[in-house]
Amino acid sequence: MRRLITLLIFLPVLTLPARAAEITSFSLKNGMDVVVLEDHRAPVVSHMVWYRVGAADEPAGKSGIAHFLEHLLFKGTDDMDAGEFSATVARNGGSDNAFTSWDYTAYFQRIAADRLDLMMRMEADRMRDLQMTEDDVRTERDVVLEERGQRVDSDPGSLFSEQMRAAQYLNHPYSIPIIGWRHEMEQLSRDDAFSFYQRYYAPNNAILIVAGDVYPDDVRRLAVKHYGPLLPTPDLPDRMRPQEPPQLSERRLSYSDPRVAQPYITRSYLAPERDSGDQAEAAKLEMLAALLGGSGATSVLGQKLQFGSKQAIYTTAFYGGTSLDDTTFGLVMVPTPDVSLADAEAALDQAIAEFMDEGVDSEQFARIKMQLRASRIYGEDNIESLARRYGAALTSGLTIADIEAWPDILQSVSEQDVMDAAKAIFDRSKAVTGWVMPPKVKDAAQ
Amino acid sequence: MNRFFAVVFLIVASTAPLHAAVEVQEVTSPGGIKAWLVEEHSIPFVALELRFRGGSALDAPGKRGAINLMTGLLEEGAAGLNAQEFSQAREELATSFSYRVHDDTLSISARFLTENRAAAVDLLRTSIMSPTFTQTAIDRVRGQVLSGIRGDLTDPSSIAGKNFDAMVWGDHPYGSDRSGTEASVNGLTRDDILDAYDRVFGLDRIYVSAVGDISADELGALMDVLLGDLPESGAPSVARAAYKLTGGVTVIPFDTPQSVALFGHKGITRDDPDFMPAYILNEVFGGGGFESRLMQEVREKRGLTYGIGTYLAPMEYGELILGQVRSDNSRMAESIDVIRAEWAKIASTGLTAKELEDAKTFLTGAYALRFDGNAPIARIMVGMQMTGLPVDYLRTRNDQVNAVTLEQINRVAARIYQPEELHFVVVGQPDGLESSN
Repeated sequence: MRRLITLLIFLPVLTLPARAAEITSFSLKNGMDVVVLEDHRAPVVSHMVWYRVGAADEPAGKSGIAHFLEHLLFKGTDDMDAGEFSATVARNGGSDNAFTSWDYTAYFQRIAADRLDLMMRMEADRMRDLQMTEDDVRTERDVVLEERGQRVDSDPGSLFSEQMRAAQYLNHPYSIPIIGWRHEMEQLSRDDAFSFYQRYYAPNNAILIVAGDVYPDDVRRLAVKHYGPLLPTPDLPDRMRPQEPPQLSERRLSYSDPRVAQPYITRSYLAPERDSGDQAEAAKLEMLAALLGGSGATSVLGQKLQFGSKQAIYTTAFYGGTSLDDTTFGLVMVPTPDVSLADAEAALDQAIAEFMDEGVDSEQFARIKMQLRASRIYGEDNIESLARRYGAALTSGLTIADIEAWPDILQSVSEQDVMDAAKAIFDRSKAVTGWVMPPKVKDAAQ
Repeated sequence: MNRFFAVVFLIVASTAPLHAAVEVQEVTSPGGIKAWLVEEHSIPFVALELRFRGGSALDAPGKRGAINLMTGLLEEGAAGLNAQEFSQAREELATSFSYRVHDDTLSISARFLTENRAAAVDLLRTSIMSPTFTQTAIDRVRGQVLSGIRGDLTDPSSIAGKNFDAMVWGDHPYGSDRSGTEASVNGLTRDDILDAYDRVFGLDRIYVSAVGDISADELGALMDVLLGDLPESGAPSVARAAYKLTGGVTVIPFDTPQSVALFGHKGITRDDPDFMPAYILNEVFGGGGFESRLMQEVREKRGLTYGIGTYLAPMEYGELILGQVRSDNSRMAESIDVIRAEWAKIASTGLTAKELEDAKTFLTGAYALRFDGNAPIARIMVGMQMTGLPVDYLRTRNDQVNAVTLEQINRVAARIYQPEELHFVVVGQPDGLESSN
């Protein structure tokens, strides 16, 4: 351990002011939450509605329905024809889109700030009054199958990630891909989409986020006018997904695909996520990931494997703390051409073992904290990405207070905290190790 | 201080529903380096964008990939710091530098905090003025580049792109990948890297813009420190590229469930008087968003793809109209039939009056949405300088869009869309498609 050295090193740690965009929040009577982030530098607004529903809330056997429904929201309503939503946004000089994750589905428009009223009217309309023909559904199902073809089936790395997740989660629906398994996607029907829609698309399951050149009072007035009259879904249950049992057995996968030009190994560990009022463990893992794999030239894995032993072309560590249920912490190593996957895995294990022995490099730790402080300043330059972070956190069980506390919690993580978190996380019984290679490489995972 | 020409324009878009109030100053440093500046003091950092005209197309004969590899080495050690020390210094300052090379440009994007600006600029300067290019670093980055080249060999999009470029441009640098081949990259020596550096860096080809918490005086001084010692000139520009492709289909067999098609033909130069009508045409035909004709016909009506798009590519030495689509192997032939029909239709009948009006309201309204942060504004301004657009283009651009008439549009549609010249390069196992000739 190198903790004693900390006291002896003088670092030019700069004190940056804690800054933040002006944030206001309130709720409508029907249960819809509203968050306003002000940035008056340009006359632009991002209007977003986030639903607390995603791929992990899908009925068994209907994988892909949350994402498929996201596509169908661009079809008609009782007041609008199919395609009219996006066409209207475009005619007003704006752009719109949507995205689906395991924990949320979100719709957004970027447009001149004086068009907010129109955006809210249309978004409120499609929250409860969606209409879709069998023909719309059939054509759009072909589109999402092509999307799967493009994003997943054409990319061996994506195909293998699906297999990794499926092995990582023994019971939790995070095991299914957001886009869906192809055989289930092919069977998704209009009824499947409609019953999912009627249950989950409701003001009491939605968060409105408006970011940009707006004032809270104006947003409140418009939100009351457009979203206020919508009826909530009665008795909407809490989001209780099947949870993971104790994971007792290490899993190892190998995948061969002729389209793999560059073999690599990856390992993921089941990990705790950020919980409301309890983000300390997650903060330690966030810092651990930054230390191990944050930058090729200065991270632990980069220094040891790319610069030291020269066995790796690329290394990284990842952690996704913003998640409703248990998440993953992971490591990746892409070996140089003369290093086998078996040797690569041994080198990766060795690097982690050395780290556990040597402890945290205090200078590196201080640099990471400095960058985190600076990222708050740089982050103010992009209000839309700030709004997205709020949306993702609020649909993952966190509160605004949790989001605002997070930077200070990260700064308060100590070197010993990181080592404690590392000891807890590197437990092979909760891990999946994957080898990805072209078919001719014979040394398969054991 | 009267050391700078600081010309201030107040830019207000006149006809759009949205006003882009970007106040651009043209700054000349005491040493004579020019820049465009937007002062934005509300957040204490600066985004700086540097661009050098002439990118990987300036590779020496037989040294394909040298400029790409050299660019990757700029952050791998400079002025007495090795790669790790350079990265550590950068992290201590919480500054970021990125170095990218394209066919026609080498660009450096930096952002730094006000509180340690001088130290950040000094560090950035070392990477531009005195990169060390050690053999250790060359070998390590070469390994990364080779890994990327090998990856491209089994990636259908990359295969399509490389083949399309080779068929269009032949032996011109545009005809091959800027990363080079395994053989060419393996053959590069340290001398080749030094030569590549000399080719791209020069004061005669630099464009600068800055946005953020900095004054004109401060930017002038900063530029002289950062760039003042650059050599006067780099390598001369290369010859224009001759377009070599004719209409047809080229199928490149590849075992994958979904085919990728790259398609297009000769395009239009950026300084052509018809460029603006052509730009509007492309927006309606295959530009971004769900509203384009190709998205409507290929995706929305038929479900043949997840995405299809076209764009104008007016490059320094040649120009193309290009598009890309992916469809299941069983349906690619149908996608191509639809695209061909749409290509012929727009060439013969152009746009409707309503399409033109909708495109104008979209383009003029969306223009201001691009100016959404210090770094994006800096990139737009450096791009305008390279294109030769005046500062007041920011004010006149929407008027230029609105001034385009339906008659112009339809004349230009007949000029630039040439259905018989359209060539598709398809990578996959597409049913019912074979190479022509």
